[in-house]
Amino acid sequence: MSETIQDRVIAIIAEQAVLEPGDVSLDQTLEDLGIDSLGLVESIFAIEEAFDISVPFNANDPSASEFDISSVAAIIRAVEGLVADQAA
Amino acid sequence: MKRIVITGQGTINALGRNVPETLEAMREGRCGISDLEFQDVERLSIRIGAQVKGYEPEETFNRQQIALYDRFTQFTLIAAREAIGQSGLTFSGELAARSGVVLGTSGGGMNTLDENYRSVYEDGKNRVHPFVVPKLMNNAAASHVSMEWNLKGPSFTVATACASSNHAMGQAMQMIRTGMADVMVTGGSEAMLCFGGIKAWEGLRVMSKDACRPFSANRNGMVQGEGSAVFVFEEYEHAKARGAEILAEVVGFAMTSDAADIVMPSKQGASRAITGAMRDARLNPEDVCYINAHGTGTAANDKTECAAVADAFGHHADELMISSTKSMHGHLIGGTGAVELLACIMALRDGVIAPTIGYEEPDPECALDVVPNVARDVKVGAVLSNAFAFGGLNAVLALRAH
Repeated sequence: MSETIQDRVIAIIAEQAVLEPGDVSLDQTLEDLGIDSLGLVESIFAIEEAFDISVPFNANDPSASEFDISSVAAIIRAVEGLVADQAA
Repeated sequence: MKRIVITGQGTINALGRNVPETLEAMREGRCGISDLEFQDVERLSIRIGAQVKGYEPEETFNRQQIALYDRFTQFTLIAAREAIGQSGLTFSGELAARSGVVLGTSGGGMNTLDENYRSVYEDGKNRVHPFVVPKLMNNAAASHVSMEWNLKGPSFTVATACASSNHAMGQAMQMIRTGMADVMVTGGSEAMLCFGGIKAWEGLRVMSKDACRPFSANRNGMVQGEGSAVFVFEEYEHAKARGAEILAEVVGFAMTSDAADIVMPSKQGASRAITGAMRDARLNPEDVCYINAHGTGTAANDKTECAAVADAFGHHADELMISSTKSMHGHLIGGTGAVELLACIMALRDGVIAPTIGYEEPDPECALDVVPNVARDVKVGAVLSNAFAFGGLNAVLALRAH
């Protein structure tokens, strides 16, 4: 697979934010990108489908979930972790 | 304008098979939430709910009826039988023509849909039972109530998600108030606890995996319930003339739309509905002693609802009691306002305020008297019942002791 996890997560987030992947930078938050709570839940669904993983996330308290959504980079790290766990 | 009183109430839900059992559970702060039992539950990540356990349709209905009645219709008929029985009314001639039924539900015959989708998609069958459509349609319960008790006046079903029952009861009230009907059988029902019903809600990620803890700082989502509650709303002079026992008076109703977001609640929309119901009822804020909250146990609802109550009541918000009985009977979605009205009537008649159970940690964003964990004996004169639905549709009822 030539596309990295990072590329694929950025593509998902960019689509949700209605931006080009090149316009999404790693240090941005979802809020910076204009993604609201519904957009977040939809992005997580898209990530689960793309990587065939299960993301632990409760919309009632996103900050308490094990899945870090504080920035684009954090989301990528979290997805990489889940993909690695699954392979293990 | 005519006055409206309640002369009968009935229910079946996770707390009880009738009104006395349900009120006893509410007084004792008993929780009806437990492990869900149905096909494919192991494929769900959410596996708890307030399910009516040990329910056998065959104990109440014959084979032909079961072929036609989805679980939500069965629950409705059981609740309606108790309510109409208590009212002592029989419907014939002119009274039948001036009596109707308005019920709320969100999912309608969800179990019927689920079973038949499974049959054609998963099991590969190419034929379904001939009654699938009349069984699953949202108005099936209202129609069967009309047929069973000969109610020939205005009858229909209201679907506004979590506010369905309150909207339905509001319509029933308006019909009597304006003289369109003398008696309205009203309330709501929901039976969404099946694989497809819970799977859909799972996707939204607002459900708790362990408990419903409304207003508690550690709340982590809603828990679904199932069941029905049905009431007999009757024009006051009609009830008085026949010497009926009056349970409470329905004095006000208001509905508003947030016109803002399909899932996030709005303080302004909720506050306008609360204020509107008080104005319609000619109640001053200080007259209201208790509110049965929408109180879903989600982060968003509970803090928005408390802000709306503070906004509508000003200083009096600190004096009144507000509890969420969803902590006990779960969130019955389209049927929830109906079951919650039972708690309102208990407050007015018996002076018992049902508690918010599962309350563990104060939340500064929900700093009201939520009647934590233990029921309270307080004589109250007027109460409100809140319902705020997905889609931003709000409906609040006001009741007075009679």
